Amino acid sequence: MAIKEVNFGDIGARAAAADEEFHGDKMMINIGPSHPATHGVLRLKVELDGEVVTKCDPVIGYLHRGDEKIAENMTYNQFIPYTDRLDYIGPIHNNVTFALAVEKVAGLEVPPRCQAIRVICCELARLQSHLVGVGVYGMDCGALTVFMYTFTIREKLYNLFEELCGARFTTSYTRIGGLARDIPEGWLGNVLKVMNDLEPVIEETDKLLTRNRIFWDRTVGVGVVTKEEAISYGLTGPNLRGSGVAVDLRKDVPYLGYENYDFDVPIGTSGDCYDRWLVRIEEMRQSIRIIRQAVDQMPDGPWYAEDAKRIFKPMKDKVLTSMEELIQNFMLVTEGPQIPAGEAYFEAENPKGILGFYVVSKGGGVPYRLKIRSPSFCNLSILPKMVPGHIVPDIPVLLGSLDFVLGECDR
Amino acid sequence: MKTILEAHPYLIERESADWPAFNCPQDRLMDCLQSLQEEHGFDFLADLTAIDHFDAQPRFEVVYQLFSTERHEYLRIATPCGGDPDPVCPSVVPLWKTANWHEREAYDMFGIEFSGHPDLRRILMWDGYPYHPLRKEFPLAGKEVEFPDEGLREATGKTVLPAPMMGGPFHASQTGSMAKREPRADDESWNEARDRADIQDEENLPPRELRDKH
Repeated sequence: MAIKEVNFGDIGARAAAADEEFHGDKMMINIGPSHPATHGVLRLKVELDGEVVTKCDPVIGYLHRGDEKIAENMTYNQFIPYTDRLDYIGPIHNNVTFALAVEKVAGLEVPPRCQAIRVICCELARLQSHLVGVGVYGMDCGALTVFMYTFTIREKLYNLFEELCGARFTTSYTRIGGLARDIPEGWLGNVLKVMNDLEPVIEETDKLLTRNRIFWDRTVGVGVVTKEEAISYGLTGPNLRGSGVAVDLRKDVPYLGYENYDFDVPIGTSGDCYDRWLVRIEEMRQSIRIIRQAVDQMPDGPWYAEDAKRIFKPMKDKVLTSMEELIQNFMLVTEGPQIPAGEAYFEAENPKGILGFYVVSKGGGVPYRLKIRSPSFCNLSILPKMVPGHIVPDIPVLLGSLDFVLGECDR
Repeated sequence: MKTILEAHPYLIERESADWPAFNCPQDRLMDCLQSLQEEHGFDFLADLTAIDHFDAQPRFEVVYQLFSTERHEYLRIATPCGGDPDPVCPSVVPLWKTANWHEREAYDMFGIEFSGHPDLRRILMWDGYPYHPLRKEFPLAGKEVEFPDEGLREATGKTVLPAPMMGGPFHASQTGSMAKREPRADDESWNEARDRADIQDEENLPPRELRDKH
């Protein structure tokens, strides 16, 4: 059989010409700053080729309030309400982290009871934050039901915070060297009750989406972040662990006596959106485990550092009866807790990632410089690398899987 | 820690309330950080920020918080930045990608030029904002500036105003005579005791700590 040679001409050139004809200019679109999928005031400038994103430039700062400047102009305790407004999805953890950072400069260790209460607060905040995180993430993928389950139970957590400190949302519960007040009577029992109610919700959420075919299609293999990238871009929290890096400061650099609690650190294998989901679901179960242990082992004793007379203010009954305590109270309120000169950087494992405070003190009640290293800020910095190559409907999924909060990103 | 000092004899120990900290001269900074990252296992740049020492020389300092994901240790490296009002510092973006946004923030807030940074733009304040707000001479209330958008400027004829500081924040100053140490709003712009000329001159006043000495 004879083989006939067929000449097609320059195929490459023809294909290029056709390509030219069908592909117009690239299109720039704005997503946000006011858009439900951006979870706040994040603005993305994306360049599109058809439906595929070729470039992504996040614009942040719409919620910038100058928290670091404000901190330089007020006493340490006055700044605690501002920390509520960083990650406002789990505010009480920010209070604890800030107090720990300042105590580190002062070289102050709070008593065991205070630590245990703070641990419960931290884990409640983690549950509070992850419940929104997974609920909203489901919504971003088109699964609206999950949100109803998680938000209903989250309301009960708010009730716990209300009992604890009077505020549901902006807790401001810690003070430098202690807490605003001891836990109310019967509160630990209520915590356990809510934990019992919460467990089935997590299982239900897990069942609704973890093995859901549509959810798989939206998330598996989407937004893959390798180990090296995750470390280089400074990702932290569930986003870092989703990429398979086993860094959890509660285990690695224990604070608040976390080494005394038995819990596991879930890590992902492939670093895609689905792994980040799995990590958050599992972390909620571990948080419940920690809370149960903390409630069981709750020690008696003082709930504030009694010997730190120049840092934690005296009890009200003493202020009203003793001259010395009255003066002490006055000095602490007007001049702030007296922190010695020095500097320290303290990070804690917040729900969204690692929240760090770099405190530079020149002595006195006001920080000379306070830098807030916010997890959302660093987690979002990977967007220009992560988003290109995905299609537009993937963007809400990517953003949902990163679980950020603009309040702490913009500070 | 000892091995780090042996490998880098130019490092000077720095006071710290927690983890080891070193001062590093700026010309050795890149070598030092690269070696810490590659040979000493400090693979994670937790934070990068600047401090404004105002009356000290050199005025600005850039501080790096390193973390080792293997050994779970922290290390702080600080480097002085010469040049006021335009301090410069080499960029560490080639070593850590996360430095990109941190350096943009330090540039935005302190005006430190990071040489070699791929995209040094403002990040929290808007493009074209004329000040660096975390510098000590910048007042807490802010300064009056024009709106960034020309159309908005023309249509409204308005400007971005400083925050009214009436009523706060309150705390007593740490220095000065007892009479001056009662709690008052920190920028004092509302204080009746001050004469009007002073208020108009507020911009040129040194920060409060220094003001109280006179």
